[in-house]
Amino acid sequence: MPVPEALEFFVDPARCIGCNACVQACMECDTHKGQSMIQLDYVDRRASTMTLPVICMHCNSPTCAEVCPADAIKMTEDGVVQTARKPRCIACNNCVLACPFGVPKMNTRMGLMMKCDMCYDRTSVGLKPMCASVCPSQALAYGTRAEMAALRPNAKAVNTFQFGNQTLTTKVNMMVPLHTRTDHVDVTAAMHEPTIGQNMLEDVFDDVPVAGDA
Amino acid sequence: MSRDLPTPPLELETLQAFGPHRSYSDGIRVDSGVVPDKLVKTHCCFCGQQCGMQLKVKDNAVIGVEPWYEFPFNRGMMCPKGVKRYLQQGHPDRLLHAYQKAPDAPGGFRELPYEEAIRKVASEIDRIQREHGPNAFGILSGASLTTEKTYLMGKFAHMCLKTSHIDYNGRLCMVSAGAGNKKAFGVDRAANPWTDILGAEVVLIAGSNVAECSPITTNYVWQAREQGAKVIVIDPRITPIARTCDLYLPVKPGRDTALFNGILHLMIENDWLDHAFIDAHTVGFEKVAQEVKPWTPRRTAEVTGIAEKSIRTAAEWWGKAKTSFLMHARGIEHHSNGVMNVLSTINIVLASGRLGKPNCGYGTITGQANGQGGREHGQKAEQLPGGRDLGNPEHRAEVAALWGMKPEELPQPGVDAYELMRKAHQGELKGMLSICFNPVVSLPDNNFVREALEKLEFFATIDFFLSETSRCADIVLPGSLQEEDEGTVTQVEGRIIKINAAVSPPGEARQDWKIIQDIARALGREKGMTFQSPREIFDELRVLTKGAVIDYSGVTYERIEENFGVFWPCPSEVPEGVPLPGPQGTVRLFEPDAWNPVAKGKGPFYFADGKARFNVTPYKGPTEDVDAEYPHILTTGRVVSQFLSGNQTRRIGPLVDYYPEPKLELHPRLAKSLGIADGDWVTAESRRGTCTVRAAVVETIRPDTVFLPYHWGGRKSANQLTISAQDPISKIPEYKVCAVRVRKAEAPPEYAQKLEPQQ
Repeated sequence: MPVPEALEFFVDPARCIGCNACVQACMECDTHKGQSMIQLDYVDRRASTMTLPVICMHCNSPTCAEVCPADAIKMTEDGVVQTARKPRCIACNNCVLACPFGVPKMNTRMGLMMKCDMCYDRTSVGLKPMCASVCPSQALAYGTRAEMAALRPNAKAVNTFQFGNQTLTTKVNMMVPLHTRTDHVDVTAAMHEPTIGQNMLEDVFDDVPVAGDA
Repeated sequence: MSRDLPTPPLELETLQAFGPHRSYSDGIRVDSGVVPDKLVKTHCCFCGQQCGMQLKVKDNAVIGVEPWYEFPFNRGMMCPKGVKRYLQQGHPDRLLHAYQKAPDAPGGFRELPYEEAIRKVASEIDRIQREHGPNAFGILSGASLTTEKTYLMGKFAHMCLKTSHIDYNGRLCMVSAGAGNKKAFGVDRAANPWTDILGAEVVLIAGSNVAECSPITTNYVWQAREQGAKVIVIDPRITPIARTCDLYLPVKPGRDTALFNGILHLMIENDWLDHAFIDAHTVGFEKVAQEVKPWTPRRTAEVTGIAEKSIRTAAEWWGKAKTSFLMHARGIEHHSNGVMNVLSTINIVLASGRLGKPNCGYGTITGQANGQGGREHGQKAEQLPGGRDLGNPEHRAEVAALWGMKPEELPQPGVDAYELMRKAHQGELKGMLSICFNPVVSLPDNNFVREALEKLEFFATIDFFLSETSRCADIVLPGSLQEEDEGTVTQVEGRIIKINAAVSPPGEARQDWKIIQDIARALGREKGMTFQSPREIFDELRVLTKGAVIDYSGVTYERIEENFGVFWPCPSEVPEGVPLPGPQGTVRLFEPDAWNPVAKGKGPFYFADGKARFNVTPYKGPTEDVDAEYPHILTTGRVVSQFLSGNQTRRIGPLVDYYPEPKLELHPRLAKSLGIADGDWVTAESRRGTCTVRAAVVETIRPDTVFLPYHWGGRKSANQLTISAQDPISKIPEYKVCAVRVRKAEAPPEYAQKLEPQQ
C-alpha cells in the first residue's frame, strides 16, 4: 500500500526544543532498530539552545541516487527515497558527500549507506512516522496540508530549495514564516562566498599582465 | 583555604555488582518484524505529564513502545524518556532477590530468601517500637507510586505502625504549590485542563523549564502561540521554551515574589483589574494592594535584576489580556520563600479575574508521575486520605471510623522528610523503611543525609534497582517496576488515569503493596492490610473520600478507561438540585456556579464563604545570599534525558549517551573572570560540600548564576552543595538558590578515571 498522498511531512525548526525524542524514536523504527537516521545538533550551544533536527527531505530528484555508481538507491512510486539496497551498495560514500542536506550515513560495519525511509513500514499503512508521532513540540509533524494550514496560520510550507545552481523539490516540507517574500529557502543568497573556483580563476587572469603592456 | 568538606565514598565494588550499568536494545528488541504478543495501553513511568503509550510485550518482556494516538493529552507524543523507558524492564541491574548488608559479600550485599527478609524487617520494626515507642520508626514514601500504594503507605504508618513519622518525596516537589493553592483556593489541584492553554492571549510560564521537564506541554504552548498568544517566560536561564518566547524575564534566583508584587503594583496603578470578580469572589484584596504599593517598577527591577521596561511590558500584556494561562513549577517553588512565590502568582491571577472560564487558567506543573495523586491520600506528614488533615478532630473521626479504630489511636501529625533526617541524625528516630525515595541523591546537603541514615539502628528499603539510598540499607526488599503492577495515578491536570500491568515481577520481586502487607502480617498487625488487588485498595479509597474535598467516590477503573481519565472531584452523590459532574468528572475547577462540599453552594472556591483568598506576600530574599567568600548563585534543575535521582534513567544507555555527566553551566563573562574555558574541569564549593565537573560556557544563563543538574549521585551530586533551608509553611528545600564559589580545578577528579559517566 502506498503512502497516502494527502499525508505529508512538515519540519519546523523554530519549534524544536532539542529534546532528542525524535532520535530515540527513530531507533525504534522497524527497518533499522537500534540506529537513528536523524541528526539533531545544536546550532551554536554557546550562544543559544537552538537545535535543528535533520531528517531526509525525500527529494523528487534525489542527488544521492543520481550520484550512486551502483544504482543502489531506489525511490518508491509514492516518492520515498530508500536506504541503499544491500546487494548493490558498494559503500563508496558518493551519496554521503553529495547530498546537499547531509542526510545519508555510511554504516561502515554493515558496508551500507543508511538513511531515513520515512518509516515506510508505518507510513505505507497510514500511520505517522515514529519521529513525528512522538515529537513533543511538533517541530516534526505529519498530517494533511489542510490540517497544517488550520493549525499554523502564520506559517507556510515550502518544498523548493536552492543550492548554488541546483534547485531541489522535496516531498518533505519546511515551515517558514508566512509573511516573508522568499518563496524558497535560498542558501546561496545568505552565503559569504570565498574566492574559489571560477571566480578565483577570473581573478588570476585579471592580474596577469597582458603581453605588450610593458 | 577550605575546611574539610565531606567526600562520598566511590563504592567501586557496589557499582560493579549493582550498577548503574547502561542497558541498550539487543536481541528480540532489535529484530525486525517481531510481532508482539500484546500491546498494553498504559502511561509513562516518569513525569507528571503521564503520556499515554502502549507497551509492546512479548514473552513476559517489554520489547518496545508504540504511540497511543487516541489518548487525548499527548496524542502519541512522548519525550525521549518515554520512548526508552522500556529498557528499564529486564535490566541486568534489576534486584531479583531480597538483600542483606554484608561487608564481606561481593558488592557489600548478600542475597536473602524473601520470607526471611520480611521477618527481619518486621522484627526490627517491632523491637524499635517496643523499646523506643511508636514514633521511633519512620516511613519514607514517594509520589511515583500509584495512588493505591500511596494510600496503603499512609494506612500502614498511621493505622498499622501508629507512627506520626511518615513523609514522602513530594516534599521536594509539590508542597509549596499545594500549600499555596490551599491557602488561596482551599483546594490543591491545577485549576484547568491543558486544553485551556489553547486560545489564551497570554501564556505566562514562571520557573518552569517546560521543554525539558514537561516536554509535552511544549506543543500546547506553541499551539497557543500559533493562535495568537504571547508567551512570557520567567527564568534565570534561556531554556529551550524561552529561546523563542515573546518576552523573557531573566529573574535573579529567589526574587520571584518581588517580581509578582511589582506586576500587581502596575496592574493596580493602571487599573488592569477585574473589579467585579474581585468584589464577588475574593477577600483580602485591599491588604495585598497595600503590600505591593512600595513595589514600584524601579524597585522591582533592582531586586529582581530584570530590566524595568520588561517588567512594565509583562504587566501590560498580563493586565490587558482577556484570556490567559499562568503556569509555574519548581523554579519558583524550590525556595525558603516558595509558598510566598506561589501566592504572589495567584494574586495576579485573582486580580485579573481570569479563572474558572474557558482559556482562563492557572496550574502548577507536577513533577513526578503521581505528583498530584501522591499528595492527596495520607502519605504526607500532616495528612489523611481525601486531602483531610491529621490534626483535624472531625477528619480523624471520619477516617478512624472507616478504618475500624478509635480516633485517639491515630498518631498526631508528624514532621517533613528533611526533619526526619535530622531526627535520625540526632538519634531520636531509630529506624526507617523507605520506598520510592532516593534521599541520598535528592535531598539537599546530602552528605548529612547519608550520615543520618548510617546512624539508624535499622534501615530497610523497597527498591527495584540498588539506589544510592539502598546502599545504606540493612535490608533491601525487591519491589516492582511501574509496568509490573496496575493502579491509578492523577496527572498534571487532576485527571485520574489507569496504569496497566504489562509483565509480572521477576525472580522474588513482588508488587510493592504485597510487600507492605507481608510486613504487616509478619508484625501480626494485618488488620485492614489484607487487600487482594489494587482494585480492592482503590474501592476502599473511593468510599473513604466520599464527601471529602478530594472526592474520588464516583470514580471506577471502568469509568477511567471509558473516558480517557476522570478529573476529581467526582462525587458519587451530591445534594438535591446540584448536578453530578459529567463522565469525565470536574474538568475545570472554579466555574462560577460550581458546588463544593466546603462552600456548599456559596461560591466556587473551597472556603465556607465560597470566596478565594488574596494573601499578603512580603518579599524575603533567599536564606543564603552570595557574599565575598561565596560570590556565585548556584541553581539546580533537570535535563530532558534524565529523571530525578536517576535511579532508573542512569541505567538506560541511549538516555545516558545524550547527556552523560553533569556539567556546570556558566556565562562567558563569569568564565572569563575565572579563567575557565568550555570543557574545563571546574570545582564548585559551598559551605556544605564540593563538586568537580566539566564546565559548559554558555550565554544562556545570568552571569551571576551557575547551574548544575541534580540527577547524579556520589561525588557528581549537585545536592552536596545545596542548602537544607526550608520554606516555613511547606517545608520544601531551597534547591534553587545557594551561595558557591567556582574555580578551575587543579586536576581532574578521582572519579574521572574510575567511574562510568552514569555512576
